[in-house]
Amino acid sequence: MTINRLKITGCFLLAMSMASCVQVKEYQKSRLNDAEMAMGNRKVEKNELNFESYREAASGANAGKTGGGCGCN
Amino acid sequence: MRKVFLSVVGFAMICRLNVSAQTRTDSLSSKPAPSLYTPVEQHDVSGYNPRALKLDEVDLVSSYYNQNGNHSAVTGGIGSEKVTDFANGLDLKFVWGDPNYKKNTISLGMGFDYHTAASQAFVSQTGASKQGGTRVYPSFDYTVENPTLRNTFGFGAYYSGEYNYHSLGADIHFSQKTPSKNGEFSFKLQGYFDRVSLIYPSEFVPQPTTNNSGGTTVITTASGNTILSGEDGYQKKNIPSSPRTTYSASFSYSQVLSPRLQIMFLADLVGQNGYLGLPFHRVYFNTAKDTIEKLPSNRYKLPLGFRANYFLGDNIILRAYYRYYMDTWGIKSNTAGIEVPIKINPFFSISPFYRYYDQTAAKYFAPYEAHSPGDPFYTSNYEYSKFRADFYGVGFRIAPPKGVFGWQNFHDLEIRYGHYAQTTDLVSDVVSINIGFK
Repeated sequence: MTINRLKITGCFLLAMSMASCVQVKEYQKSRLNDAEMAMGNRKVEKNELNFESYREAASGANAGKTGGGCGCN
Repeated sequence: MRKVFLSVVGFAMICRLNVSAQTRTDSLSSKPAPSLYTPVEQHDVSGYNPRALKLDEVDLVSSYYNQNGNHSAVTGGIGSEKVTDFANGLDLKFVWGDPNYKKNTISLGMGFDYHTAASQAFVSQTGASKQGGTRVYPSFDYTVENPTLRNTFGFGAYYSGEYNYHSLGADIHFSQKTPSKNGEFSFKLQGYFDRVSLIYPSEFVPQPTTNNSGGTTVITTASGNTILSGEDGYQKKNIPSSPRTTYSASFSYSQVLSPRLQIMFLADLVGQNGYLGLPFHRVYFNTAKDTIEKLPSNRYKLPLGFRANYFLGDNIILRAYYRYYMDTWGIKSNTAGIEVPIKINPFFSISPFYRYYDQTAAKYFAPYEAHSPGDPFYTSNYEYSKFRADFYGVGFRIAPPKGVFGWQNFHDLEIRYGHYAQTTDLVSDVVSINIGFK
């Protein structure tokens, strides 16, 4: 049930992105350049990512740790 | 307000021109033409060098983490998992230009953690081991950005040291923007070269003994230390360690799809080999006899991620994330997150967030007294069990143009709180603060 929901959400996001694909000029990027729109992790999240890598078996694909470097997985 | 201001300026200009036109004599020839232009005062700029090295950014991140649970791996899947951790990190970013208009950046980081763990006391069977510990982790990164070629290249190095674990790491990274600058491909190769100190549970270490051989007294302690007592006094030998190596290749591609939407695909290929368990994790067999966790000496991981950020209207942003993960130990996992920053004004935002996580169990996991002595590999570490986790909370960000509390260099302040709960009954709370200076 949860997996299905995730798949539906993924399809929705993909459809939304395909429908709105246009060439964006630099002067149109005021919203994209907002600090809250940054694609990376927030600096304040740094230690959250660290504890997740200790408590969960999965890691990586989040611009954070992929394993090694600490006594975690 | 802006319209009113422009109207007043325009009206003032018209009035001034009219006044000039109605004078009897042609005063324009002898007077300078009316103008709104004010000459810019000339300053001495001889000492200014736009390419000089400067400290561009300073970030201080601190977190307090508090955890409770009842499935400690040190005591074989039962026992307290109470942990507190106070983590502090300082990052400095230096930038400078060069004659080819490239931008160079050096980032220096220093982290320091202090933790206490109730289960750590039970490395010794009597619960007498110390519960506290520290971790120090400096880092270095150099990146050069070439705006002409729209690419960046860099490398980094890191160290992490704690009592029972030492790690050295290095990476090289490269990114390339598309000609329109709406897409960017990034690539990173990373390696960690770690040493796991072989500190075993006390019942697996020979009792302290004293042997006299050739004038040297050898004392083997419960922590695994061997102390030599010779004519020159005592010499403490290092605790033996075992290597753990991790290599990863990370790929990402981000694309701007509209003035409000950008997405990113992420993928990592990760390979680990060496001692992948921890030597003080116990496993109790169904015969009630205990042993030390045993895991395969290699593991390959494949996490695939997707991000999408969407600016909805003028004040709301949607930050979505999904990750699918699988590895050769039989673990499959889904992670999905949504964060909704709401901009109360251009400089202050509130960001509630929710993160969903699930995973299947590793092939080698079984709870307390469920493993058979005939199993080739065994662990009762609940990190490898089947569970679901929810993580939710809220963050605040303040970044006024005149600086936080009117202090110009105090660029931004972020505070974030989260509550984390697993279906294994592990719960934790984390509060973090980031102070940014520019």
